[in-house]
Amino acid sequence: MSLGNIFDIAGSGMTAQSLRLNTTASNIANAETASSSTENAYRARKPVFAAIQQAMLNPDQHQGFGTSLDDGPGAGVRVEGILESDAELQMRYEPNHPAANEDGYVFYPNVNVVEEMADMMSSSRSFQMNVDVMNTAKSMMQRILTLGQQ
Amino acid sequence: MAITFDKALGIHEHALQARVQRAEVLANNLANADTPGYKARDIDFRAMMQKAQESVSGLQMATTHHGHMDTSSPGSDGELLYRNPHQPSVDGNTVDAQEEQSRFMRNAMDYQASFQFLSSKFSGLTKALKGE
Repeated sequence: MSLGNIFDIAGSGMTAQSLRLNTTASNIANAETASSSTENAYRARKPVFAAIQQAMLNPDQHQGFGTSLDDGPGAGVRVEGILESDAELQMRYEPNHPAANEDGYVFYPNVNVVEEMADMMSSSRSFQMNVDVMNTAKSMMQRILTLGQQ
Repeated sequence: MAITFDKALGIHEHALQARVQRAEVLANNLANADTPGYKARDIDFRAMMQKAQESVSGLQMATTHHGHMDTSSPGSDGELLYRNPHQPSVDGNTVDAQEEQSRFMRNAMDYQASFQFLSSKFSGLTKALKGE
């Protein structure tokens, strides 16, 4: 329980958000990647976030799931995994496309660019917020070092 | 009567401690602003301060019998309480990022105030020791 924990918490938030931004970048970059079959087609990737519970990290010390300050208020956020979207792929009839199958169809990814842009803005804002938190914690910590000085 | 730091510094030491703890809880809320199912939490600062005030002033109820009830209000032991969301979201997350951020900033300001009080106590003590 100290100001130092805030750095870990904000750091975990920044890591998670930058990973989210990474998947967004990958999705937008591959928005027009065509393929000849549904199996090989690129699918939109989404990270799944989960809260880290400090009490779960050392279960022998604490029984609860962080119901009191003594158990710790939690330790930030982690990325549990990256899922691929189940949304339907776009099938387009382009017989002249080099990747077209026998019937003349190509498969485009199920990436929704508008959604990805909104996601990008959301994650960049959340990233900024975590940077702000870290900056504030830093100035609080610097202040405590001047305790007792004139 | 011995002079102790506890008596000299009064409530401000506890206040500063509580501010640091609250900053941590709020930072955790902000880090989990996009986590599905995460419930925003906070501590009851007033209840914590009341308890600290009682322990500093020495005016708390004595519990001399196991049947005596604890008179301190809920949340005074630093229990983490859940926030009531204004706009519940579909994914079960109750963090309102803007509100949490303003609370975090305000908490940082209050921390500075508490710090200033504590720092003044120290400089007062130093002055008294030097006899200036």
